[in-house]
Amino acid sequence: MHRRTLLALALFTGLTAPSMALAADDAIKIGLLATFEGPFTVLGEDSERGAMTALAEANGSVAGKKIEIVKGSSDASPDSAVRAARKLVEQDGVKVLVGPLSGDEGLAVKDYAKTKPDVTFINGTSAAQDTTLRNPAENFFRFSTDGAQWMAGLGTYAFKDKGYKKVATVAEDYSFPYTQVFGFMAEFCKAGGHVPSKSWVPIGNKDFSSVIAAIPEDVDAIYVALGGADAVNFLTQYQQAGGSAPLIGGSITVDQTVLTSKGKLRDVLKGTPSAGPTADTNDAPAWKAFVDAYKKQPGAFPSPSLFAHGYYVNMKATLLALDQVGGDVSDGGKKLREALSKLSFDTPTGKVSLDKNRNAVADIFLTEVTEGSDGNLLNKLVKVVPQVNQTLGIPEDEFMKLGAVNRDNPSCP
Amino acid sequence: MSLTAATDGAMPQQNWLDKLGAAHILLAVALLLYPLVASDFFLTQIAGYSMIFGVLALSLMLLAGYGGMLSLAQITVAGIAAYAVAILGNNTSNVLGFGWPWWIVVPFAVAAAAVSSALIGWISVRTEGIYTLMITLAIATATFYFAQQNYAIFNGHSGYAGIHAPVFWGIDWRDPKPFYYLCLGLAALSYAAVLYGSRSTFGMTLQAIRDNPRRMRALGYHVTAHKVFAWFLAGILAGLAGVLLVWFNGRVSPGTIGVDVAIDVLVIAVIGGLRHPIGSFLGAIVVILMQTFAIDIVGAERFNTLIGLVFLVIVFVSPDGILGLWGRIKPHFAQESLRAGP
Repeated sequence: MHRRTLLALALFTGLTAPSMALAADDAIKIGLLATFEGPFTVLGEDSERGAMTALAEANGSVAGKKIEIVKGSSDASPDSAVRAARKLVEQDGVKVLVGPLSGDEGLAVKDYAKTKPDVTFINGTSAAQDTTLRNPAENFFRFSTDGAQWMAGLGTYAFKDKGYKKVATVAEDYSFPYTQVFGFMAEFCKAGGHVPSKSWVPIGNKDFSSVIAAIPEDVDAIYVALGGADAVNFLTQYQQAGGSAPLIGGSITVDQTVLTSKGKLRDVLKGTPSAGPTADTNDAPAWKAFVDAYKKQPGAFPSPSLFAHGYYVNMKATLLALDQVGGDVSDGGKKLREALSKLSFDTPTGKVSLDKNRNAVADIFLTEVTEGSDGNLLNKLVKVVPQVNQTLGIPEDEFMKLGAVNRDNPSCP
Repeated sequence: MSLTAATDGAMPQQNWLDKLGAAHILLAVALLLYPLVASDFFLTQIAGYSMIFGVLALSLMLLAGYGGMLSLAQITVAGIAAYAVAILGNNTSNVLGFGWPWWIVVPFAVAAAAVSSALIGWISVRTEGIYTLMITLAIATATFYFAQQNYAIFNGHSGYAGIHAPVFWGIDWRDPKPFYYLCLGLAALSYAAVLYGSRSTFGMTLQAIRDNPRRMRALGYHVTAHKVFAWFLAGILAGLAGVLLVWFNGRVSPGTIGVDVAIDVLVIAVIGGLRHPIGSFLGAIVVILMQTFAIDIVGAERFNTLIGLVFLVIVFVSPDGILGLWGRIKPHFAQESLRAGP
């Protein structure tokens, strides 16, 4: 019986010891939740660089108090995001949490936020519409815009300037691409365009032949909202299948991870219009200063991804608001949340303020892929769409009538 | 490699206290008093979660240790129960959600899990060893992708959210302490059932089939039926774990039943020792603690490497997991008690 007695003792001490190791100090703990594992690891690491850039600007402290970052990792699934958020809030005792990174994670963390009214949640880059639009949480703030806002101006540009009348869409099958397609179609359909076919593919899909076969022959262009490897796979296979329709890109479809790929893909990508919260050839001094600061982070890309940008903006907002309240969150973060709601500040990409649902109103950049002087592809700034709000300039009651974002909504065949 | 599980043979008549064992009583008391010292986080996120995965690993241990059938589909079976709870009960995803009361939903969910498990078993009992592993992996992967792409039943990538544990007798069973005791009660029940079952006629027959199916067939036993029934029993355990899992997370999505989770369950069972029922829980505690705290030890970039290394070391040093390791060093300590023995 010795064995089992010892086993019981080991279990007992092992499970109680860590709970006694909670120490109190004067630092402010901020939880940083991003995808440090799974398919979005690279994006998660870049988002950390963005957040750390904001922290470095504040010299690692606000109002004389040191900032301590506690990291939490998810694998882009909603369950793991909530588990990581729980650990940060309930075990590490953070009162302020920045994150998460992807759409469905954001929806799940918002639901969790409702059960923790004393903790303040600030979004990372998750961009699903209903994280803030429908049934929002009082303590969830988003200083980065959502995926529909990112598309502002693109639908009109495609219809009027490019002259595309019929467009097929190919996008990944979860809430963020739904939101992107919604944002594109809201304008495109209103302008008089038609979308006869929408294809939804699972994340990590390898074989796109059935998708390509389903694209109608007579479309003027294809709207592609795929990320990273999915985008490269689709575009390569589409080209090999003899497809020649021009492309329209979602916000993460034509970012640096895709544009730096080699081969004939480059020719297809040239001239692709897109829109998003950042543009590579932005000449604004604030953006250039941000790029320089970002490049000081270890392992940085030549140009910050929109994930680095989103986490930077949200972390910056957090630090500004914490500074306003003197780093005091002892009242359950009430003052901090008031400061956050009223906060309006200049980011590297223009002024940001919040609406009544605590979602950002900010500038959006319409871009087009061009070849730079060094032969690299980059997103050239075409136009800045100023101060886009979550309802895309449409009156709110009219916008809500368009219905919740999903696979079948909107529709204009 | 043979996965032989140790069972105590014929025992002399004992009183119930001896039968239960001093260690079990000590362990039970410690676990019952645990909420007095533990924080809410340790109660649910570590202890509760470990026990849920412990029960899942136990269902695998039942199949592998007593039946010689290594399965990767246990999380799939649990997922079927979890989805059943979301579909038959209430959810906030505006898809299905029949709103049945929990006392109808839970038996339904567990029954659905047990029947699907029996079906999976019926398909895979014709295979052996690595082929069972492969066929169950195929089933787990197929279910994962089906759940991800099916919108009518599984609601695709986002799955179901807003599932709440029942509130009855004036207790919200998702509050930390009640939920801990709920998990503890279920884990204890499952553990006792597996211990009892392993010594029952059916358990003995199953182990005999594991050791020599041809001889058992020649003796007139229906080998396939016994194996499928073992799958059915394992399905009940996995289904119960699935119900707790969906109450614990408050949501279920394809990520819950992914292949990585299926492998986690196998790793838990292997680390604990596939031959010992208690090993499932021990393995679960080690794995959950590692997954939760490794990021604090080595930072965000390399924590999965650390987890992998610990698994490698345990399996390399002791193919029979942590309990096997203890079994090997025990003789060095045990000399004294051998001499003093009765």
